[in-house]
Amino acid sequence: MKTIGYIIQKEFKQIFRNKGMLPIIFILPLLQLIILSNAATFEIKNIKFAYINNDHSSNSRALLDAFEASTYFNVLNNYSSENQASEAMLNGKVDVILEIPSHFERDLQKEKYAKLGITINAIDGAAAGVESVYVNQIVQRFNKNIKVDLMQFSDAQVQPITIETIPLFWYNQTLNYKTFMVPGILVLLVTMITLFLSGMNIVREKEIGTLEQINVTPIKKSQFVIGKLFPFWIIGLGLLTVGLIIAKLIFNVPMIGSLALMYFYTSIYILVVLGIGLFISNFTETQQQAMFIAWFFTVIFILMSGLFTPIESMPKWAQTITEFNPIKYFVEVMRMVMLKGSGFMDILPQLSKTLLYAVIMNGLAVWSYKKIN
Amino acid sequence: MKRFIGFVKKEFYHIFRDRRSLFILFGMPIAQILLFGFAITNEINNVDIAILDHSKDATTKEIINKISASKYFSIKQMVERESDIASVFQKGHVKAVLNFEKDFSKNLIKDHKATIQIITDATDPNTANTISNFVNAILQQYQKQLNKDITIVYQIVPETRMVYNPELKSVYMFVPGVMTIILMLVSAMMTSISITREKELGTMEILLVSPLKPFQVIIGKVFPYIFLSIINAVVIVVLSIFIFKMPVQGSLFLLALESILFIISALALGILISTISATQQTAMMISLMGLMLPVILLSGFIFPISSMPIPLQVISNIIPAKWFIIIIKGIMLKGVGIQFIWKETLILLGMTIFFIGLSVKKYKIRLE
Amino acid sequence: MSNNNVIQVDGLTKMFGDFTAVNAITFNVEKGEIFGFLGANGAGKTTAMKMLIGISKPTSGSATVAGFDVFTHAEDIKKNIGYMSQKFALYDDLTVKENITFFGGIYGLSRARIKEKSKALIEELGLESVANNLVGSLPLGWKQKISFSVALLHDPKIVFLDEPTGGVDPITRRQFWEMIYKAADQGTTIFVTTHYMDEAEYCDRVSIMVNGKIEALDTPKKLKEQFKAANMNDVFLKLARG
Repeated sequence: MKTIGYIIQKEFKQIFRNKGMLPIIFILPLLQLIILSNAATFEIKNIKFAYINNDHSSNSRALLDAFEASTYFNVLNNYSSENQASEAMLNGKVDVILEIPSHFERDLQKEKYAKLGITINAIDGAAAGVESVYVNQIVQRFNKNIKVDLMQFSDAQVQPITIETIPLFWYNQTLNYKTFMVPGILVLLVTMITLFLSGMNIVREKEIGTLEQINVTPIKKSQFVIGKLFPFWIIGLGLLTVGLIIAKLIFNVPMIGSLALMYFYTSIYILVVLGIGLFISNFTETQQQAMFIAWFFTVIFILMSGLFTPIESMPKWAQTITEFNPIKYFVEVMRMVMLKGSGFMDILPQLSKTLLYAVIMNGLAVWSYKKIN
Repeated sequence: MKRFIGFVKKEFYHIFRDRRSLFILFGMPIAQILLFGFAITNEINNVDIAILDHSKDATTKEIINKISASKYFSIKQMVERESDIASVFQKGHVKAVLNFEKDFSKNLIKDHKATIQIITDATDPNTANTISNFVNAILQQYQKQLNKDITIVYQIVPETRMVYNPELKSVYMFVPGVMTIILMLVSAMMTSISITREKELGTMEILLVSPLKPFQVIIGKVFPYIFLSIINAVVIVVLSIFIFKMPVQGSLFLLALESILFIISALALGILISTISATQQTAMMISLMGLMLPVILLSGFIFPISSMPIPLQVISNIIPAKWFIIIIKGIMLKGVGIQFIWKETLILLGMTIFFIGLSVKKYKIRLE
Repeated sequence: MSNNNVIQVDGLTKMFGDFTAVNAITFNVEKGEIFGFLGANGAGKTTAMKMLIGISKPTSGSATVAGFDVFTHAEDIKKNIGYMSQKFALYDDLTVKENITFFGGIYGLSRARIKEKSKALIEELGLESVANNLVGSLPLGWKQKISFSVALLHDPKIVFLDEPTGGVDPITRRQFWEMIYKAADQGTTIFVTTHYMDEAEYCDRVSIMVNGKIEALDTPKKLKEQFKAANMNDVFLKLARG
């Protein structure tokens, strides 16, 4: 037990003495949390909008005014021909083009029916979908208003059947994406730091020769591993704490669920990450290799964690792979506990899987650390 | 010149003899693009939803069947009371609850109007919104059906055309981003490590004492990695085209040139990072911690830049990846030629020169 | 069997695939001896030593160190030996005192003992002024001496030194060997590998390894007689030429 204490003491000293690394471990992640969380939004705003008005009637003007007034669209330009407009879209200057055909007003009054041409840059399919919805909303509102003006007694009075849908957004009425992202980004940062630090740690001692020196001492494998992991575990929890404070103070992320539960889960989660890092460290000869491998897994874990794109959207085989992604569980737990107030029983599946993962990973790390070659 | 070639040869030997790293440098991007091309998508399908049906009549049943039949949704459970909704959400599987009011059919007949609440778990606001929209679309369709015998007057019908990606495949949005990110991270990481390794091992001093000019040393270090990265880029593009069916509407040649430019800019960034790091560990941590998240978040890979707060939009301009993503999407999906992307190309070129220039300057400072 | 041998090696072999690095070597080392384990670079010295200090498993043969079997009781061996590696493995980013405290603690010394030993070590080496400086800032010669002293912190029966004088100036080398003598006088057995043949003169007995085998084993005096050589360097050259 005392032996572990000596190792822990040494590790902490080394970490805090490394002037170059300190800002990277502490300041950089928190800075990123504060700045980058603001980037995370799928809200579609400032849509680059242009129009071609072949009608020039008062009704067409009124329709265009509706778009001008909308906060979603930035009416940038009007073009006189389709060619001009297409070229602008190729250039990236516009993303949505509205073409009002000639005789728009006349068709509406006489035929009681008129068409509009809408072209949307659909490279970002999801955004295009949303843009289409917004365009339709504006057109329909305009349509409704126009009807009131144009309706005459001779027109049919049968009231159409309406199914009224009321969308209710729970836990995040304003659809604030930050509420969703901040806990997630925090998870990522804690994970990256602890993974890289633990991954490089043993390899570095290998490279400078002190590992051999330690192997000649009677120290037990488990003592060594625990002593090495403990400081990083503390650092991980420390980062989490500061991150949570930032989340609350700066981003006003709701913290509905039990803080104790979050810490409990995180403690176990960090053990998984450390175990992975240590395991990698045991198999590589140079810091460079350790880093590459850690990077490989990190990128995969991050992009497949459900943080940026939902896991439910992935093909079945990819979803199976995510079962082995510790970050996935962390993201789920964070969101469930913090934002919805889920309790111990609700996160039991994630908790038990993470616990199992921690035991296996750290077991492997200790087993694969060879004092004797 | 001969000295320079000798130096470059040495760099090549270093790389090719480290089999593990080599395997990772090539294997990783391939594995990642395969994985992400298939897995990164925000299309929804088989989303678990629950139904709270206060009416349980023929109409609600019909609507529920329609929803169930849709590939987007899967009805996981029925809920009996409003008070149960919270615990259903807390379990985490169900993403939306459809709440049908009492006397649904009756209301439709009597008042020509009935209400359905679409209650979504908006902790993931994007999915919630999408689910809401999709359910709405299904209901609108049904509504149209109910009204098919009534002529609706004064109707404005928008005809919408989706261009460059008519099927709204999310692959088109993400694959260029994945390509860019992987190339950027691998390139920057590769070179940042190469230089700091020499520093740590002490062989840097030998280089400094040699007659090679600082400029030659830096270029010499970048050179082998350009070669490696090009191989990576080619593999990635080939995979994108054949496995993900990304079109290449524009010129392949132009794509190749732009890719090389981007690679050089990323490598140069890596070199810059290494000139400001004292140890390998620091260089690597900066490449990864300092580059990874900003690149993923600010390059327009997943989140649209135009929706970000202005200060972040400004910052996103200094990330080479952002410009390259615009270029790739332009060439592959829009089919544009250089005349439409010269601005972005120039910016990348400028950045590359800046990174290299700054690296040479910092390298020189260490000499003194 | 009252035996004065602290190290007994019998037919010890280490193979890496097809390559035999250490080929069935046999020798003994007596308590209090300064035993020189010589050989050219690549002869197998370090590999052999790694087996004796318990960080490499032998392929075949047998050996006991401090009474413990290298195959079955490697961890017990480690309690009784000290080791100084080629790289003078100390932590550059810890101070002299901190390095001593760390290694002392790892070997299970009590706080009081560590304090005592630390004070003694620092005084003896005259390091009072730099005791709280980072080891990385010290010249190589000082690192070497500190490294040796750290290896002796827990009063081991045997101390293994792997090329302990590499890269150090002749005066410091001389001083270092004086430290070795002092330790030997106090009953510590010294097992030292080196490729500096002149250092062989300082040892009680030496063995010379060539290509994995021990080709000579005796006191320096007797070896010089045997090979009709003026100094150990010549002994080695004659051996190497075969």
